[in-house]
Amino acid sequence: MAKLIEAEHLYRYYGRYCAVNDVSFTLAKGEVLGFLGPNGAGKTTTMQMLCGNLAPSSGQIKINGFDLLDQPKLAKRNLGYLPDIPPLYKDLSVQEFLHYCAQLHGIANNSIVHAINIAKERCGLTNVSHRLIANLSKGFQQRVGIAQAILHNPEVIILDEPTVGLDPIQIREIRNLISELGQDHGVILSTHILTEVQESCSHVQIIHQGRLILSESIAGLNQTINTGCLQVTTRLTPDASVLLAIPGVSSLETMAENKIRIHHHLTNDPAKTIAETIIAAGWELLELTPVKKSMEDIFIALTRSSDS
Amino acid sequence: MNMILTIASREFKTLFLSPLAWTVVAILQCILAYLFLTQVETFNLIQPKLASIEGAPGLTDIVVTPLYGNAAIILLLVTPLLTMRLICEERRNKTLSLLLSAPISIIDIIIGKYLGILCLSLLMVCLITLMPLSLMIGGELDFGKLFANLLALLLLVTAFTATGLFMSTITDHPIIAAMGTFGILLLLWILDWATGMKDQRSELFEYLSILRHFQNLQSGLISSVDISYFLLFTATFILLSISSLENDRLQK
Repeated sequence: MAKLIEAEHLYRYYGRYCAVNDVSFTLAKGEVLGFLGPNGAGKTTTMQMLCGNLAPSSGQIKINGFDLLDQPKLAKRNLGYLPDIPPLYKDLSVQEFLHYCAQLHGIANNSIVHAINIAKERCGLTNVSHRLIANLSKGFQQRVGIAQAILHNPEVIILDEPTVGLDPIQIREIRNLISELGQDHGVILSTHILTEVQESCSHVQIIHQGRLILSESIAGLNQTINTGCLQVTTRLTPDASVLLAIPGVSSLETMAENKIRIHHHLTNDPAKTIAETIIAAGWELLELTPVKKSMEDIFIALTRSSDS
Repeated sequence: MNMILTIASREFKTLFLSPLAWTVVAILQCILAYLFLTQVETFNLIQPKLASIEGAPGLTDIVVTPLYGNAAIILLLVTPLLTMRLICEERRNKTLSLLLSAPISIIDIIIGKYLGILCLSLLMVCLITLMPLSLMIGGELDFGKLFANLLALLLLVTAFTATGLFMSTITDHPIIAAMGTFGILLLLWILDWATGMKDQRSELFEYLSILRHFQNLQSGLISSVDISYFLLFTATFILLSISSLENDRLQK
């Protein structure tokens, strides 16, 4: 499958400070890549390099097969970019602004109106199209920024913290939009909200101090999330020795009265047997949940370990 | 080419969305109209005396040349204000990345911006030219001289605008861009004054002075030296702007 983005060994120095250190990755069609990292990790710098706003100190970027330095116009034709601060001309109306963007991206004159209408519809801007951007709320301005990025139907869409400043309903709408876009485009999304990555991305990369410290698909990540631990709550106190006797159970940990954590081997999930045993013994099962490591835990563990 | 026109027309329209362009044009017209009327009045007063002198200066010399001279000085003050926000406001509002990530080259951006603002300057020159043309109602004009003046002012604004564009490209603050432009232009304007002192003349300073070339053209002497001075001046600053914006991408 043709790669939409191929970034190889990117470095970026600001003076002697190294903001991005040997970052390489690829993005294929139909992938939504989540770019995670704490503040100042190099997310925005990487994105600016991908969009040609910043030249890498060394390394190569190809967008849809076109080298960003050798054939910038062809490469940028396939690119839609929403920077962390949406680039909006505040004294234009939404319609005027999108029209200008369409012209800049070289959309043919006869299809500009159509393209604008689709973008407005997708971002829910139809009702505000004649208002001045300066008078719109932060959320709507963010949506205009997104509309601008998807206007010319680019192969690659790069969104830098797209849900900042939106209310929960708008966030859900934007996430749906991102998943929808991910079906027939390649999307890169930077964020520091971890659930956002879990919900809308197919791949995740964690960047810390300019280095990629994790590059994994969400499915692969979910596997590492499973810790082999079940949380069980019963009405009556269970007999620990009976539970320990169940095959697969390795240890017990009492959390509170009648609330225990059962650790088990990853290969052998004893949940079913445990439930049957508790019910048969008449301890009245109230809760049986697999305990999962959250993205936060992984994130913190990874960033800590690379610090030390 | 298409992209240049797109950027230029957007820039030109944006100028008129804010009161800035309107205010500048209105004030410029107001002041110049007043100066124009005083010149016409002066001409009326001295006309009987002039009639008796052989080869006396005509209407064009007494009214039009000073008008364009004054216009040049006022434009020296006004152009920095118009050009200051060209690139640096885009940079401050972070809208520059919209242009940088679009499939257009930096040359397109700079030339588009330049043409956009140049249109406003040309508009002002046209409005100024309407004043001497109104004299045709009751008098006769030396069209050759009027054309020379017009050409001089046109070349002057292309040079002023290019300087302003460059200063706007290298700074982040509109005020600094305006001050820088004003400083450069004023220095080049008065460079000629120093050479007049102690009857020691510096060929280099004389060549560099904007005023000298402007006055040469104004006097009706259209020489290729003066015209190429202005064209070189403009081209230099546009090329510097392009390389400066290019540099922005390489190192921040």
